[in-house]
Amino acid sequence: MAKTSRKVPALNASSMADISFLLLTFFLLVSNMDVDSGLARRLPPPPQTEEQTSVDVQRRNLLVVLVNAGNETMVQNQHGSEWYATAEELRGSGSKVALKDKVKEFVLNTSNSADLPELTEEDFGAPIGIVPVTAQHVISIQNDATTSYKTYIAVQNEVVRAYNELREEGARKYFNTSYEELTKEQQDQINELYPQRISEAEPKNYGGQ
Amino acid sequence: MSSIRNVFLRQNPKTTEDNNMGKFNKGAKKEMPALNSSSMPDIVFAILFFFMVTTTMRSETLMVRMKLPTASEVQKLEKKSLVTYINIGPPMEVRLGTGTQMQLNDRFAQVSEIQDYIAQEKASMNEADQPLMTVSIKADEDTRMQYITDVKQALRQAYALKISYSARQGQN
Repeated sequence: MAKTSRKVPALNASSMADISFLLLTFFLLVSNMDVDSGLARRLPPPPQTEEQTSVDVQRRNLLVVLVNAGNETMVQNQHGSEWYATAEELRGSGSKVALKDKVKEFVLNTSNSADLPELTEEDFGAPIGIVPVTAQHVISIQNDATTSYKTYIAVQNEVVRAYNELREEGARKYFNTSYEELTKEQQDQINELYPQRISEAEPKNYGGQ
Repeated sequence: MSSIRNVFLRQNPKTTEDNNMGKFNKGAKKEMPALNSSSMPDIVFAILFFFMVTTTMRSETLMVRMKLPTASEVQKLEKKSLVTYINIGPPMEVRLGTGTQMQLNDRFAQVSEIQDYIAQEKASMNEADQPLMTVSIKADEDTRMQYITDVKQALRQAYALKISYSARQGQN
């Protein structure tokens, strides 16, 4: 066994590019870049006991959004009610007050009206400080069994839009920038100021078979 | 001055051509230098790794037809590994009728099977990720709410409380 110092021949790496291109095309074709997007919701935990566990909410703290079998929407609280026949009217076409404005009026209760949710003073930390908020308000979205999913999402979207606009306004007011440019902590602060309190009730048969 | 230039020239004989700046000598035969392509595999590998990391190998084929509703306030679902999908809509195959069907994984399923499906999906997840699990309901826009409500109730029973109504971004 003579020890010969052999030179390692240079590997021909010219096909390396071809191989990696092949792999690249495979992954290009296989990958789907579309990110799923949607309206995030949190469901209440299942009732622990057989009897219905319902939370009593003061009448003034409740905004009921009803979507019936004919895909018409009614929004109602102690202050009054509004009827929307189409999705366009939901957004405030015609003489109707848009649903999002109804929701905003309800959540803010700037006039401290007795028909709108009660205001309680809460501390949200600097720079917001102690401000009165409607901490107990609930928006209850109720639907019929034959309501179409499209209308339901449209209504949900309008309610979420109201909250998003409130948060945007809050960010402008307290931080002087848009909500998107805030840090995570600041966004949490704003979210705490305007929490999404949307309840999705069990379906009932409101009109229609 | 010229002597300095000569020294320079002697040291770098290649730059003689560059010296007659401003003159376009078309007659001079220039050879196209071979492009150094040795870094090509590196670049391709870099792109390759990017796609390998971002890709999700969902072999699931859609068996239901669905036109997602549009909404303007949609949020992106951040981590794909935490998302479980429930597809709802009329079946792709015409001979199966137009009734609303639900697809879990690669087959049609009944609403009653959701609990098992969620439990199974949860079990396959990292324990720390389990409470972050999100169920994306991808339903056709013409679905009756009765069906969605049943699915929601089943999800509640299965303790999959974080849900997302999948929707396309757009003016609604």
